[in-house]
Formats: sequence, C-alpha cells, structure tokens
Amino acid sequence: MSESLERRDFLKAGAAVAAGGAALAAALSPLKDFDENITLDEFLQKHYKELSEKEKQEVFTRIQNKVKKEYGVDAEVKDPKAIDGVEFGYALNLSRCIGCRRCVNACSEENNCGKDPDLQYIRVLKLPKESMDIEKSDHHYEAGEVPEKGFAYMPVQCHQCEDAPCVKVCPVQATWKESDGVTVVDYDWCIGCRYCEAACPYWARRFNFKKPEIPAEEINPNMGYLSNRPRPRGVVEKCTFCLHRTREGNNPACQEACPVGARIFGNLLDSESAVRKVIDTKRVFVLKEDAGTNPRFYYFLDS
Amino acid sequence: MESIRKYPAFILRCVRLSLAGGPLFYTWMTVLTCIILLGVNAWARQLASGLHLTSMNDQVSWGFYIGNFTFFVGVAAGGVILTIPFHLYKKLELRQALVFCDMQAIASIVTCLLFITVDLGRPDRFWHLIPGIGKFNFPISMLSWDVITLNGFLLINLHVWGYHLYMKYLKREVSPLVHKPFVAVAMLWALSALTVEAFLFAGLGARHGWNSAVVGPRMIASAFATGPAFMIIALLVIRSTTRYGIDDKVIHWLRRVLQVTSLICLYLLVNEVFVELYAGTGHGASMKHLLFGLHDHVSLVVPFWMAMIMMTIASILLLLPWSKNHSGVLIFACGLLFVGLWLDKNVGFILSAFIPTPLGEVVDLAPTWSEWMVCCGIWAFGLMIYTLLAKVSIPILMDSTSHYDEDGVLSKSSAEKEVQGA
Repeated sequence: MSESLERRDFLKAGAAVAAGGAALAAALSPLKDFDENITLDEFLQKHYKELSEKEKQEVFTRIQNKVKKEYGVDAEVKDPKAIDGVEFGYALNLSRCIGCRRCVNACSEENNCGKDPDLQYIRVLKLPKESMDIEKSDHHYEAGEVPEKGFAYMPVQCHQCEDAPCVKVCPVQATWKESDGVTVVDYDWCIGCRYCEAACPYWARRFNFKKPEIPAEEINPNMGYLSNRPRPRGVVEKCTFCLHRTREGNNPACQEACPVGARIFGNLLDSESAVRKVIDTKRVFVLKEDAGTNPRFYYFLDS
Repeated sequence: MESIRKYPAFILRCVRLSLAGGPLFYTWMTVLTCIILLGVNAWARQLASGLHLTSMNDQVSWGFYIGNFTFFVGVAAGGVILTIPFHLYKKLELRQALVFCDMQAIASIVTCLLFITVDLGRPDRFWHLIPGIGKFNFPISMLSWDVITLNGFLLINLHVWGYHLYMKYLKREVSPLVHKPFVAVAMLWALSALTVEAFLFAGLGARHGWNSAVVGPRMIASAFATGPAFMIIALLVIRSTTRYGIDDKVIHWLRRVLQVTSLICLYLLVNEVFVELYAGTGHGASMKHLLFGLHDHVSLVVPFWMAMIMMTIASILLLLPWSKNHSGVLIFACGLLFVGLWLDKNVGFILSAFIPTPLGEVVDLAPTWSEWMVCCGIWAFGLMIYTLLAKVSIPILMDSTSHYDEDGVLSKSSAEKEVQGA
C-alpha cells in the first residue's frame, strides 16, 4: 500500500471518529436528567475527620440550605460529639417483643429514611417458637396479626460491633467506630462500593440505590451530620443508635416507640444504667457470637 | 537519544496503524462502536438516576458488575500461563504468542476497571481512593489491595508490551535490564492479583459461600482456564485474518493446559459442593439454594446447572483428539468453557453468596436490560482495545522480522502488506 492510500484511509477513519463523537454525545444525553446536583464544594469536600470546625459549620449550613430548598423545612444540622465515659449498649427482651414493628416505623421517621423505596434499619424476624435458626425466619409477615401463637419475634438492627467487619473493609475509611461504640458513616465521603454491605453478618446496612423520596411533612428537622440528615443517592447508611438523640441524653426512637418495654438502652460503663442491670442480672446473649464481631446489642429472655 | 527522538514517529505510526484497515476491520470496529454506544447510553441513564436500574438491591448488593470484574481479573492474569513456561522452562516455540499475553492483560484490566466504575454508587468520588489525596484504607481493606494490584498489573503490562514493541519498531534488541525484571514481576503479580481477588471475598465471615479456603485455588484454576481459552480463540482468529504466523505448537500447548485446568476447576467445584451439602449444616444453605432452589426460589438453579454442563462438555471435548485436529471443535470447546466459567463466576460465586441473606431471607433475581447493556458495552470496549493493540503490534512485529528472524513469523512481507490484509 502506498503512502497516499494509507493517508486516505487515515482521513476516512478520522471522519468516522468525528461521527463517533457525535454519537457519543447523543448516547450521553440522559445525563441532563441527573437528579443529584453536585456542586464543586461538595465534590471537593474533605473527609469528616479532616474538616476544621469552620469548614464543618460551612458544610452544615450548606446541608440546611439544601433541606430548605428541597423540602421547605428549617432544619438544624448538629454534630453532637461522643461523651467521655459513655459506651452505648442495647438489650432486647425476646420474651416481650410482640413483632408489631412500631420500632421499625419510628426509626424510619426519626432518621429521615427514604419512604420510596421504603428503607428500614430494623428487620423483625418471625421465628417458630422452638427455633433460633434464622434460616427459618419470616421477614414479610403481616403486622396486623401479631403476636401469632407459636411464634417469637426478633428485631435485628446494627449491633454496633466492637470488631466491626464493615469498618475493616471500607477502602476509603468512610465508616468508623466512634469512642462511644457507635459505627457511623460519612455520607459525603462514601464512594458507594457496598463492600461493607457484603461484610456485615447482621444485614444492618442499606444502600440508596435510588434518590430517597421523603414527603416534606415527614422530615425530622432535628438532624445529626453523622446520623439522620438526608442522605444523597449512591451511599450506604445504617442505624446509629440515634446518636443525635442519645448523645444528648435521650433514648433512641425505637426504644421510645416500643409498646411493651422490650427495649432497654443505656451506657454500658455506668453500673447503674438500665442496660447494665439487664446484663448483670439476666442471662443475655448476642446473635451470631461465632461471627466474632463482639456486638453491643444483647438479647435476653424473661426466666 | 535516538530512542527518544524517534518516539513521536512511533506513536504516529501506531495511531495510523490502528485507524487504517480493510473492510473486515471497519465492519468489526463499527459493530463494536455501536455496542459501546448502547452501553454508554445505559450507563448514562444509570448515572442520572441510580443503581436501582440494575437487578441489585440490599439483599443482593453485588451482581453482574462485580461478577464480570472478578471474571476478567482471571482473563487478565491467565495470560501468564504462556510467559511462565517461556521464561522459566525455555519453551521457545511460544515466543511468537507472548505479546498476546500482554495485550490480553491490558484489555482485560481496562475491562475490570470499567466494571468497578459502573458498580460504584458515587463514581464522582473516585478520588477518595487515590493514596495521598483521598483516605486510602491500606493495608486493612482488601479492596485497597485490589486497587493497587490491578493498577500495578496494568502499568507493568503496558510497559512490557510498549517497550518490547518500540524496540521492535527501532529494530533493536530489548535491553534485558529494562525488560526482564518487569516480565518476572508480571508473573508473580498475576498470581498475587488473583490471590488478593480471592481474599477480598474469602475474608468475609458473614458470607458462608465465600468464607472458604478453596476460593483462592479456584480463582487461580479458573484464571488458567479462561485466560488460555480466550487466547486460543483470539490466536486462531488472528491466524486466519492476518499473515502473522502462529505455530500449531502454541495452540497445542494452550490446549494441553486447558485439559488440566478445566478438570481442576470441576474438581474444586465438586469439593465445594460436597463439603457444603454432605455435612447438612446451615453453612450449606447457599449451595442448596444454588443447586436445587430454596423455599421455591429457583432463579439461580438453571444458569448454574448450565454452567456445570458447559464446563463438563468442554472438558470432555478438550480431552478428545478431535479437538486437536479440528480448530472448529477447539474453538467451540474453548467458547463453551469460557462461557461456562463466566456463568459460574457470576451466578455460582458472586450471586449465590448473597442468598440466603445473613438474616436468612431468600430472594429471586434476574439481570435487567440496563445492566445487560452496560455489560455488553464494556465487553465491546475491551474487545476494541484488544483489537487495536493487535492492529498496532502485528505489523510492527512482522516488519521487524525482515531483519530479525527469531520470532518465527511465516511471512516476511512488510508491514504495509500486512495492513492491507487485515
């Protein structure tokens, strides 16, 4: 082949590449309907632990403005710190739980969880009374008929493990354990790889496959940066023991909603706390102890 | 100095070689481009509205993207099955096919990286993964090891391929100091990448289907089956569409490798099935679901049995002398093995580990159209890269052989004639 022939081919190919570029632009056109508006500030935002106090305030203000714009709600984004000498723990009385799922709904409301799709942190398992084998559990029973004779109910949420596999596997340290034992996620740092979801033995993590839809009237304006502020699409979230409440001395929403007093929450380091009383006086156990993650969530039965 | 001065001309030549070709080449590239564009379109939709367009959900939080990613790590690393015997056991007749190992590795790793990218919920935050700028969880997270092994493998192979080709272009011998150490590292690196890949899954205590010591050996065995299977098909196609001489000995060597590795793959699978089922513990629920379905959820059963049947038929065909003498039979067997192992990696390895969930929930799933289109787009992109790498390499290698005969190339025609033929 002579040089001129090769050049002709070269030019033809060049024309093809140009046509390809136009086709590429057409193929990319769905991007104009992008449903998350990512600003430069958001794109460049540093990891939570590397933000200065001033930068944090800017971020919180930005989130408040976003909530105002999107839902018309005046929210306050706070960042309560873990308290020295406090390690949160939970104990759940399986003899009392009636499987009504009031905790599930209270949690979802408190934590500004997406309602479409319905994202819930707590999963209640309906088990045959004689079995603790979760393979036999029913996750989708009708809540109207509880408690059903011959069955027991076991709510499962994040166990705030001491040796949390989800923290270990995160490639970008977007999730970590706070000094009060709560595992948190920086929703502005998570890259959405979902490795933590695969690593969790308690199926406690949720991913926003879709932009969370929350009716404006259901927005809870009392927000924590590391807990219940609205999450963007494409990141992982989870139960934080309602740290925006509990770090200010209140109980988690699921505890308050329980109609039968099955849920007991408190400071594990305080020998007078209700949760310590349970652990000290009852035969408590943790779910999947063999997973080796040392949960801070205990179950017990009335003897 | 000469080597630096001539580099721009070399690059220009590469660009020209990759753009010019015959009708067959243009048809092939047009088809690939169309598929890529469809994939780009599907990905753009996914970017704009979220991963809910895939079959993934909180129950099955990894799907075909991660399955394909895992599979193509194997295809990439599988190429060293030629470099190891060549360099370690001096099987010199493999020389002419060596360059295809690098090409296969480069194209496959690009494919892997794309599959990771489309799987991310927030690809805009990829920079969080960059050591120094982001917050890289090394060495604790196995995913951080994976980022290093994959990108490192890509760079090493780009160097080995690019340097070798440039020296051929200059009609000079490769300098052992610049070449050999990287070739050696690439061999070890391939095995390490597969091991890291296996540990990424096997290290999770939450998933019984993955938490097994045989995951690593299976990863390596399947890499040495999918890698050579792809290579046989590619080499036979290249032999029939170009004048680049590929000796029967190369094909026969790869077929011999496959005879062993395909059986090892099946054997390790049998081990997994036996251990999970015979003891009858709760540990085996995923395997039970995979083989027979659980509580009327059977979406994985048919694809998994198909995978096992394909792998078995391919193994038998490869053992028969028939596949040695008929390249049609050989291509069929390799294709069957490749697809069978692909199904096994996606359905039998990735998806099955998610069902039942750690809380015992059993769900069904089926890939969505959007997901398929993204996958097809990425495969087509990988094939396009492979094609372009071959398009550039083959004429330069053949051109160099008019002076250097050691590559065992059949035709001594110039590169220009070669371009015409392609």
